[in-house]
Formats: sequence, C-alpha cells, structure tokens
Amino acid sequence: MIITQKKPAEELLAMLEGVTKVAIVGCGQCASACQTGGEKEIAEMKTFLEEHGMEVVGTVLPDECCHKLLMKRELKALKDSGAEAIVGMSCGDGVQTVADNMLIPVYPANNTMFLGQVERVGMFNEYCHMCGDCVLGSTGGVCPITKCAKSLVNGPCGGQKNGKCEVNPENDCAWILIYKRLEALGQLDKLGQTRPDKGYAGVAYPRHINLREKKS
Amino acid sequence: MSVLQKAIESGEFAVTAEMAPPKGTDFSEQLAAARLLEGKVHAVNVTDMQSACLKASSLGLCVHLKQAGLEPILQITGRDRSRMAIMGDVLSAASFGIDTVLALTGDHPAVGDCKDSKPVYDLDSVGILRMLSNMEASGADCGGNPLSGGAPRLFKGAAVTPVYDPRPLQINKLRQKVEAGARYIQTQGVFDLEQLEGFLEDVAKAGINVPIMAGIIPLKSAGMARFMNENVPGIAVPEEMLARLDAAAAEGKEKGVKGLPAKLGMEMAAQMIAEIRGKKLCPGVHIMAIGAEKNVPAILDMAGVHILP
Repeated sequence: MIITQKKPAEELLAMLEGVTKVAIVGCGQCASACQTGGEKEIAEMKTFLEEHGMEVVGTVLPDECCHKLLMKRELKALKDSGAEAIVGMSCGDGVQTVADNMLIPVYPANNTMFLGQVERVGMFNEYCHMCGDCVLGSTGGVCPITKCAKSLVNGPCGGQKNGKCEVNPENDCAWILIYKRLEALGQLDKLGQTRPDKGYAGVAYPRHINLREKKS
Repeated sequence: MSVLQKAIESGEFAVTAEMAPPKGTDFSEQLAAARLLEGKVHAVNVTDMQSACLKASSLGLCVHLKQAGLEPILQITGRDRSRMAIMGDVLSAASFGIDTVLALTGDHPAVGDCKDSKPVYDLDSVGILRMLSNMEASGADCGGNPLSGGAPRLFKGAAVTPVYDPRPLQINKLRQKVEAGARYIQTQGVFDLEQLEGFLEDVAKAGINVPIMAGIIPLKSAGMARFMNENVPGIAVPEEMLARLDAAAAEGKEKGVKGLPAKLGMEMAAQMIAEIRGKKLCPGVHIMAIGAEKNVPAILDMAGVHILP
C-alpha cells in the first residue's frame, strides 16, 4: 500500500491562497486506509476549507485515484462545478492523475511517504523500495534495501548496537533479522552467496511498462 | 609495492596509525604529527569523514602526507561517493603514488554533523573492493571501458569488528571482503585480548586466511572509555580498565598531577601491543589515537616496537 500523511494545514492553505471555489478528490484505496483521503477525511477537509472562507463546490471519492480512465469518468462530475482548484487527498500518483484530466491547479493535501505494510489500523511500516530487482529470495524474505538504512546488499555494517541500527535505534538491524530468519529456515548457506552489486542503469526514471507492446 | 604490503609480507610486525584531515583548510597540525610519526609507523590511515562529520577529504591529506615522505592509506567509504567518484579518487590518488587503500561502508549521515547530506551507498565495503579488484584484473573502469595506461596496483584492506553478535554474521562479511580482494584487515579498537583471540580462532576455523591487524585505541580517561562503550558500536572497554583509569584520576587529584589517566591509557595500549606481538596474536597493530597522534611514538617505544628503516 502507498502510505500517505496529511500535510500541515498551513502549507495547504498557502497553496490555496486566492482560491474561492474548490473541489475535493479523495481516494477509496490507500488514502482511505491511511486516513488521509477517505469519506471521513473529505468531510473534515470540506468543513476546514469552508471555515477558511472557501466554497466547496464538489467532492469525489473514486475507488482508486491512480487509474487514468477511471478518473476521467469520475472527474466529469466536477467539469462544470466552477472549481478554481482541486484539493487532492491521495498519494502523489493520484494527484497527478487528477491533473492529467483537469486543466485547473490540483494541490496535494498529503505527503506520499512510502510503500508499506499495514500492521494494524493506523500503523504502517515501510517494506519495499521498489528497487526493480528483488533480492528477497536470498535474504529470507527480509528486504535489506528497505530495512537497512544503507540498503546494504552484502551483509551488515559495523553500526549496530544490541541488534539495533545506528541511524534509528528503534529499528532492528536488517542483516541480523536476515541472519535469524535464514537460520530459522535452515538457509544459512544463502548468507555466503555472493550477490552482484546493484546497478542503476536499469532504473533511470520515469519508467514505463507496456504489456501491450508487440514482442519482437 | 605498498610499504605496508612489504612489511606484512616480509613478516615484520606491521604498524599503522590513523589521522583525520582538518575541518578546514589548515593542515599544519596534521603535518606536525606526521613528522613525529615518520620512521615510526609503516603507514598512516587517513579517515574519510569519520563518524560522518565533515572534514577535508581523505585524498587531500593523503597527498600532503605522501609529499611529506609518509605512506598514507586512503580510506574510502561508500557514504558520499558513487562508484564513479570512488574510482576517480583512486585514480587521482594513484597518480600521487598512493597505492594502499582501506574500503569501508561508512557511518550514516544521520549520525554525523551534516545530517541533510544524501546517503549514497552506491557500493558498500565489499562492493568497493570488488570494483577495484575488477579494475586491476581488467584494466577497465567501472563501466568496462579501458583505462589509459592500465589500472593502478593497489594494496587493498578492510575493517572488521571482533566484538559483534552474532559473530558468524561478522565472519561471513569478513569472508566476503577477503573474496572481494582485501589483503589486510584492521580491527575496531580492541581492549580484551582473550576476546580477540577467540574471534581470531573463529576466523581461522572459517578458513579465512588474511593478515588481521589489531586496532588499538589509547584511552584518555574513564569518561572517554565509558562514552565509547555507550555510543560506539563494537567498542567494549572492560570494567577492570575503567577501574584503573578511575583510580589514576583519583590519584592525580590527590597529588595535584594532571594527565595520569591519559598516561595510564598509553601504558595500557603499549602493554596490549607488546602482548599481541609477543603472543603472535596478530601480524601488526593499527593505532587510532583520535587526535593524540603525537603520543604514538612513545606508545610504540614503551611496547618495544621499532619498525625497520
């Protein structure tokens, strides 16, 4: 899931300076789970913007904000609303997909934080860096790219103290987690396997994938 | 050939010291210390923004030391430089005759004094060693393109932390460093020689054959030792040493004499060096005096270690 966090209210108000009529677009997927763009948050945002002198001329809560064709359909409701700007309550992908469909400013209400696990309601953990070259098969299913602050692929640095990371003592050392997990799985031999250093030639962004491309 | 390599391969007890570049442009203090170290150590490690605190670059002080007649060891971390930048620095270093390097992953900027700096870690210690080994083997750069005049020959080293739990994980990383081309190892500061001996036995049992130089940190006070115990990963100063430093401080206070704990720290360092050498625990030592490099010759004298001219 894409984990988002609300921006400070002042930051959003600064973006909206001079706007009198505004529309709100939430997201029924990740942002709803993150309590940053669901039904409740849209209602709270509407009240907040009205308190600050704006007229909210429309609200939309699509199933998912990152789907271009779906959003084209959903946003029709706002076409003749008179909105001068849209407050996007989704991830950065959603905000841009809204902007792809509307020629008025779309201002983000959230910061997009990471790809993460929902541990329980309201608790999120970063789990994947989308590096494009998954190593989980050799690391006992624990991601060193994400869970090691240095994204080390060849084992731990010397910066752990009592199994905790030098960067944030609340975090476990990823490589000790990997070691323990491989030990429990009877796969400690994988620790000795040499991994090629990650190259970055294949991850120049923005990337595109097109399953419809003809195979040559 | 690298002076350190020659010392290690000839079976001489190898001695290295360590120095940090200044936080600024005045290198005079470092050069004054260098003059005192001349003829006393085989080589001097130059740190690469240790503890992620900004200093002049390692390459700069290495060049100064080389020109002053010392043998510098270029420490290279992966923290601030991509593989291209690392290789570029190594080529520049080689052009000055700097042929000994030490590859480290590097402390994270989050623990340093320029916290907004981007952590790079394109390569870690193993990756740096592997890249440089490939360069030497192929005569080509990190993109596979030929280097004009071929690749420089380097004596490459790495670090290890003997006080580490789980130990097999640390030994596995050591193996990877050696397989990637490390020909010598320097340890984190050690204070308990029995612990070190146990670690070295496990390294031997793992079939890893590489010269491991024991890291020696002369303690300046019990406070410094306690601070390191609390804050520096891999440092474990035993209670017995803390008590002796406390007693030295108390004695100094009573007699109105300053510097007794630091003097004791030097004595304890010398004692460890002599024991390491006497028992043939390690083929050499690496002395990290942390700003007190001027004390290194006296420590070596006390330990009875004198390098061949």
